[in-house]
Amino acid sequence: MSTIDVRLVEVTKVFGQDVAVDHVNLEVLDGEFFSLLGPSGCGKTTTLRMIGGFEEPTSGLIELNGEDVTWLPPYRRNVNTVFQNYALFPHLTIFENVAFGLRRRKVKGAEIKARVAQMLQLVELRGFDQRKPGQISGGQAQRVALARALINRPAVLLLDEPLGALDLKLRKQMQLELKRIQQEVGITFIYVTHDQDEAMTMSDRIAVMNRGRYEQLGRPEELYERPTTRFVAGFLGVCNLLPGHVDGTADAYALVALDDSTKLRLPLAQVSGSTDVEVGVRPEKVRLLELTDDVPAGANVLRGRVKQTSYTGVSTLYVIERSNGQTFTVYEQNLERAAANSLWRPGEEVAMTWSPDDTFAVRGASTASTADAASGSPSVNETAAS
Amino acid sequence: MSWFRRHPSIAGWLLLAPGILYLLVFYAYPTVQMFLVSLWTGSAASGYTLTWNFGIYASALNQYQDQIFRSIEFGGLATLFTFVLSFPLAYFIAFRGGRYKNILLFLVIAPFFTSFLLRTISWEIIFADNGIVLGPAKELGLVPPTFRLLATPVAVIAGITYNFLPFMTLPLYVALEKIPPSLLEAAQDLYAGTWQRFRRVTLPMALPGVFAGTLLTFIPAVGDFVNAELLGSPQSQMIGNVIENRFEKVSDYPTGAALSFILMAAILAAVFIYARLVGTEQLSGGGA
Repeated sequence: MSTIDVRLVEVTKVFGQDVAVDHVNLEVLDGEFFSLLGPSGCGKTTTLRMIGGFEEPTSGLIELNGEDVTWLPPYRRNVNTVFQNYALFPHLTIFENVAFGLRRRKVKGAEIKARVAQMLQLVELRGFDQRKPGQISGGQAQRVALARALINRPAVLLLDEPLGALDLKLRKQMQLELKRIQQEVGITFIYVTHDQDEAMTMSDRIAVMNRGRYEQLGRPEELYERPTTRFVAGFLGVCNLLPGHVDGTADAYALVALDDSTKLRLPLAQVSGSTDVEVGVRPEKVRLLELTDDVPAGANVLRGRVKQTSYTGVSTLYVIERSNGQTFTVYEQNLERAAANSLWRPGEEVAMTWSPDDTFAVRGASTASTADAASGSPSVNETAAS
Repeated sequence: MSWFRRHPSIAGWLLLAPGILYLLVFYAYPTVQMFLVSLWTGSAASGYTLTWNFGIYASALNQYQDQIFRSIEFGGLATLFTFVLSFPLAYFIAFRGGRYKNILLFLVIAPFFTSFLLRTISWEIIFADNGIVLGPAKELGLVPPTFRLLATPVAVIAGITYNFLPFMTLPLYVALEKIPPSLLEAAQDLYAGTWQRFRRVTLPMALPGVFAGTLLTFIPAVGDFVNAELLGSPQSQMIGNVIENRFEKVSDYPTGAALSFILMAAILAAVFIYARLVGTEQLSGGGA
């Protein structure tokens, strides 16, 4: 798991006036499930296509297994691709589709037969070999595309939004299946998607891309729990952000003063040198208490008034408004209060409290990169997660 | 509306009716009529009577077999040449045409704005013994002074090739243009180099276009008489010339009609063999 399989060095791709990929440096480890996550137009697909050899970088270097492949055509790279719309050959049977790569590499007939059978079994499509692509469903076509790529035992498998055309239920099922297959074959997967759930469900690591660069790279829980930019915080789910400035330390925590001089605590490492920051917390980390209740020692506390209550089954979503007009989203699991039929009602005054350890800081809105992120940010604060 | 909904099959027939009527009046009836004409005996002067003279087919075939085989040979060669010329052209327009696609396609059909006859006559001028091609070539001593293009099979085949080129180019273009670029990328991704990609993906996927193009070219090319008339010689006559001759010049209607049916049968047989060779399954492969 520690050797580097794919390395991108300062890779840039310019289309006319548009910088699609902007000086990206990336190292994907051997056997890793790596995702490029971002909104459409962020450069994730272009990055993938450059690794596959379908686009040449304007500048930069691409290495596979330590070998420079920047200028090699796709058919000379030990990489295979699962295309967005599968791109199965309609004039060939499923068997011949899957065997295509082996035939081009002049593998012997008997071996092809055995390996195709083995692959069709892996993707659970035994008995489909003589059908044509027009005679199978979207989910099955997806599996054939996967088998057709994997049979060549590439060093890296590239997947370009492979589940995009499937309905939600099938997509969920295929996510687990892809993960299973990836673990079974042990091949490095580089997966492009705009769906954060999909990326988090399957990936070992994710690079969250925006405007031709990745803003943060890490394990799914790192990105979710401790996003470093406004864009990442918003893209991976709902979050509450409050502007403030660093104002001293206490124990292992930094203190951040909000506009109304309320102070919040968060791990020192989160602020690392910056002064203007935005303090964030995920809605499910926050507990709601009566104003008279005891607050756990050292916890962050903010007061507010319940503005909206939405019961969603698993949890209840509250929108809380602070006295200065800032709104907060809070998810509360439906435990005692739901059973006792005493959900918080609009108008009630509450104390919102959460652990300093669940608090993160993103770079302040005054810096250039977060100003960028803010305009493209899909879901900060009030937007519900999908 | 509701009546049609309760009788969907009748509604279907009604929709087909104009087409069927047209075929009956302008195709089925004249075909039967022409078949009867082929079985007449007599002469233009003394009049004709229907005598069911099937023997005429054997004698017409016997007498004009050279022209029949020459027609198939010329038509076949011209089809082959249109294919060789059209494929790269259609390929270029489909894959490299970019925003000039429509202009290029327009240029392919632009010659149709001029009459077929006029264009063929202009080839007569081009091929003339001391015309713009052979004149300078003879001056430079590239060909002997007695060398001719006009009134040779080369000129006839060249003329047919030129005249039918768009009938090949357009179906090929349509077929090639329909190939999703991702399929070509997938082929490359699966280790197919340029030639293998062409051989295994582009060409098989273009087969419906190849099939349509060859039929659209071959069938009228075999029956063509204008090119042989204007660019050929009596020694390079095609069956179309003979039929025209029988009807228009010597009023030998039965032989002309019989030759028409022989030509039709020959083309049907050739197309049938061709369809079997190309494989109907390949042709439907692009669909379901």
